[in-house]
Amino acid sequence: MLFGLPLLSLVIWLPIVAGIGVLATGGDRNAQMARWIALVGSVAGLLVAIPLLTQFDPLENAMQFVEHSPWIERFNIHYHLGVDGIAMPLILLNCFITPLVVIAGWEVISKRVSQYMGAFLIMSGIVNGVFAALDAILFYVFWEASLIPMFLIIGVWGGPNRVYAAIKFFLYTLLGSLLMLVAFIYLYQVSGGSFSILDYHKLPLPLSPQILIFIAFLLAFAVKVPMWPVHTWLPDAHVEAPTGGSVVLAAILLKLGGYGFLRFSLPIVPDASHYLSDMMIALSLIAVVYIAVVALVQPDMKKLIAYSSVSHMGFATLGFFLFNAYGMEGAMVQMISHGFISAAMFLCVGVMYDRLHSRQIADYGGLAARMPVFAAFFMLFAMANSGLPGTSGFVGEFMVIMASVKVNFWYGFLAATTLITGASYTLWMYKRVVFGAVVHPAVTEMKDINGREILIMAILAVAVLAMGLYPLPLLEIMHTTVDDLLSHVARSKL
Amino acid sequence: MTEMQKLYLLAPLAPLAGALIAGLFGRVIGPAWSHRITIALMLVCVAASVAVFLDVLKGNIFNGSVYTWMTSGDTRFEVGFLIDQLSATMMVVVSFVSLMVHIYTIGYMHEDPGYQRFFSYISLFTFSMLMLVMSNNFLQLFFGWEAVGLVSYLLIGFWYTRPTAIYANLKAFLVNRVGDFGFLLGIGLVLMYFGTLDYAAVFAQAPQMATQAIEIIPGSQWELLTPICILLFVGAMGKSAQFPLHVWLPDSMEGPTPISALIHAATMVTAGIFMVARMSPLFELTETALSFMLVIGGITTLFMALVAIVQNDIKRVVAYSTLSQLGYMTIALGASAYSAGIFHLMTHAFFKAVLFLGAGSVIIAMHHEQDMRKMGGLKKYMPITYWTMFIAALASAGVPGFSGFFSKESIIEAVHFANIPGAGFAYFCAVTTVFITAFYTFRLLFMTFHGKPRMDHHTEEHLHESPWMVTLPLIALAIPSIGAGWLIEPMLFGDYFGSAIQIMSQHEAMEKMSAEFSGILGMMTHALSTLPFWLSIAGIFTAWYLYMVKTDLPGKIKQAAGPFSTLLDRKYFIDEFYSWLFAGGARALGRGLWKFGDVKVIDGFFVNGTARMVAATAMLVRRFQSGYIYHYAFTMIVGVFILMSLWLYGP
Repeated sequence: MLFGLPLLSLVIWLPIVAGIGVLATGGDRNAQMARWIALVGSVAGLLVAIPLLTQFDPLENAMQFVEHSPWIERFNIHYHLGVDGIAMPLILLNCFITPLVVIAGWEVISKRVSQYMGAFLIMSGIVNGVFAALDAILFYVFWEASLIPMFLIIGVWGGPNRVYAAIKFFLYTLLGSLLMLVAFIYLYQVSGGSFSILDYHKLPLPLSPQILIFIAFLLAFAVKVPMWPVHTWLPDAHVEAPTGGSVVLAAILLKLGGYGFLRFSLPIVPDASHYLSDMMIALSLIAVVYIAVVALVQPDMKKLIAYSSVSHMGFATLGFFLFNAYGMEGAMVQMISHGFISAAMFLCVGVMYDRLHSRQIADYGGLAARMPVFAAFFMLFAMANSGLPGTSGFVGEFMVIMASVKVNFWYGFLAATTLITGASYTLWMYKRVVFGAVVHPAVTEMKDINGREILIMAILAVAVLAMGLYPLPLLEIMHTTVDDLLSHVARSKL
Repeated sequence: MTEMQKLYLLAPLAPLAGALIAGLFGRVIGPAWSHRITIALMLVCVAASVAVFLDVLKGNIFNGSVYTWMTSGDTRFEVGFLIDQLSATMMVVVSFVSLMVHIYTIGYMHEDPGYQRFFSYISLFTFSMLMLVMSNNFLQLFFGWEAVGLVSYLLIGFWYTRPTAIYANLKAFLVNRVGDFGFLLGIGLVLMYFGTLDYAAVFAQAPQMATQAIEIIPGSQWELLTPICILLFVGAMGKSAQFPLHVWLPDSMEGPTPISALIHAATMVTAGIFMVARMSPLFELTETALSFMLVIGGITTLFMALVAIVQNDIKRVVAYSTLSQLGYMTIALGASAYSAGIFHLMTHAFFKAVLFLGAGSVIIAMHHEQDMRKMGGLKKYMPITYWTMFIAALASAGVPGFSGFFSKESIIEAVHFANIPGAGFAYFCAVTTVFITAFYTFRLLFMTFHGKPRMDHHTEEHLHESPWMVTLPLIALAIPSIGAGWLIEPMLFGDYFGSAIQIMSQHEAMEKMSAEFSGILGMMTHALSTLPFWLSIAGIFTAWYLYMVKTDLPGKIKQAAGPFSTLLDRKYFIDEFYSWLFAGGARALGRGLWKFGDVKVIDGFFVNGTARMVAATAMLVRRFQSGYIYHYAFTMIVGVFILMSLWLYGP
């Protein structure tokens, strides 16, 4: 409780209310006011999330900060919230990224400022709702609601081909999640009229319905992650989205899919998860290997980073289905770390795009001489993206590779190719963009990053380094929950 | 925390502080204060390292953790130090050479706009390298391993506007990553079977694990430690530039000369050698891995030395010489003569640093001309550079009395005594290369310093000895280039390394050598009657004859050799082959997967195909809703007709 208000509700509704407040400032005449309200609202959203961390009991394996009240009694639907060691770090990540997005869009967005800022704040609250919901219908509502602001962000503030990208994004993810709703309704019937996710965790199920439920969930979550082969919406969405949209998409929205596997697939249908784990591992490894090679040849920086995202998220799904502690925790660490690094990478591209209005690698070259401060930050994030030890990018990859070798040496072998491919596509891009002589005259006029941009980059740099040098605190939050989940998944439900 | 533990922390953290100050505040404090602060902190580092070294000599060994990096499952991953004879020796070598290079840099880089950045990088490098050698576990070793790789990348590409430099640094990083790929998998197997990454715990369990079988390729059984050690050694092949992962090292010469000396000759490239010596309790248990190292080391020694003969760029000669000398060290490891490998690592660090820094001194004098064909007769202009390089050349050629003689001779003896497969081949390579080493080293010396000056008049007028910041490190490093060899008795045959290096009794090379060893003078007089000595004299003589007496002969030989000399000139076409296969292949594959897999199949067929199918179905269904009453009436009549028929004649 904070000021007598329940914490999780505050974390969800404060940004939404602030977002509505931003929308209320109206047209661009009041743009400056919209920006400031958005900043205050997003920072307040982060501040109210901090007690989640400080008051969290890492040794407790039940849900914490639970709120429970009836919502639609006729169908036994509840407003039921709670977090564990998996959901809480993701909520914090989301609350951490939102102010950065607001600051990143500060001067860059000059049209429909209030709507832009409002969309991000509302989305931040909705996403917190997804991570905190313990009622399937409540979860579903938040889940689908999160599509709307992103659809608008891409469709309104996006690039020239934004309509195609926005519709592709919307349909892909919407179609994916429809079967999830069917699965919920089935579970409602079988469980004797409950939409409680925690009830589902305990519900015994025969193998064949488990497999069907697993596939229904898989479609919803695999599209979000995204896993190969349902990843093709992501590069298009990123390319057209404005910088802030790309940041939130990569850093936050992709994590919804990963979270879904941990909250639904594994605990509700553990036998099916084991039964289909080979397929999941295969799909994840294809994402790691295939997508990395595709990333190598992208001429567009945003596409390259989008593919790199898919490849890195492959480590998360790989880790889930290895069923050991390194893998599961490594996957979680990878998701959080990817939140920082992909955000930073997209912001770096945004910085360049704001100056030259091009995302093509070929249009750059020799930035190091013109923008040394930027080049230094970009180098750090590029190295983190290549999984250099000492940065957060290494921790998750290292743990998942260790976990894979434990299960099967060749899984580890394929996963470890990221050491080579990840460095290849990232550093080759860096080389062509930042190093070399200045070829294009426009580059000579590019100015180094300003104070506002340095602030964002520095915050992310600290996050990336802190997590790489001292990941212990994050892991200690997760240990109990992950152990609990692993022992739960190990028990058959048949 | 005891006083000694504070020193352990101080040694790596002092250069780190220097790196941060010069890197973050370099523009504020200016060039002079940047080098003052970093050098002062390097002095602290050297002092701490020496103090630690002296403490270790008294027998105080430390193994403990600094902090817990993370925990997962039942495993604790820690950052900690193992301070014993091996790490203390490395600490002294690394910090001393690094300090010399810091001082040298003042003279070499004083006009460079990236002056502060350079100091920041080399201090950062020293920190990383110290963390690597002081580590007490595999994880931190990997941290240091990658961190030195990062700094190497940054420094090779230091002049980032040069296309060759940024090509070379990317290549260096990626080739190293190939090695790290194997290294990390090796670490993965260690973690899986031993359940810990702590050296002491792993080494203690190793003998029991040695007989355990593992099936990596289905159907073939391996002893567990064989794949582990080979994979770890793949990491060493990357970092220590062993064939076939050697291709990055010659190109790394694109970086400024001080770092060629520090990173790409004296310290970082020897990390692989150090790592294997550190893992001696594991490698000793697998003869296959030892044989593998002998063969790889042999190939690297001989074939890289051959390439050095035809190089005309002064730095590249030294670079190929480094590759060849690293091959010697690998041979020593394969022959279970770890202490000889480390001993050669140490002497090589000194004499190779002199050769590089001396080459740098020449390059400054020549206004950044590196082609030896345009030098000659520099001796009278640059006496200090000449004499220090002369000492280093004698050490490199293995002339008795100089440090390289003792270390190289003991490697050759060790491999001679070794009794595992591959030793014969490695012995042949090691002995043949003695001649080649002497030849190319003195070829460099004669072409650069003797004979008639071949530079243009303008350059010749401005020739002069380099300032004291350059010559002081040369002298300071030339002294151990002679003297370090005289430590052979304690280091190789005494109990110097204690339990830091373990050798199984059936690998008796070191034991036999030690039985034959009859003191330093005995070793030198004995050498006069052995083949390597005469080969090295012959090498020097041949170089003198070809480059001082019959100077037109090399060209003729080159022409007569035809394809063989082309092969050497083009470095066996390995670069071309890799660039075609890996760089070209990966891009072609990527394009194929992207254009065909993603764009055509997934998006074209499935995603947009679904959309098209929906559209097509809609088109079809739309025809039924034409809006004309008579269409609907007609359809209705047909329907009624069918229904009635079914009702009347149906079952």
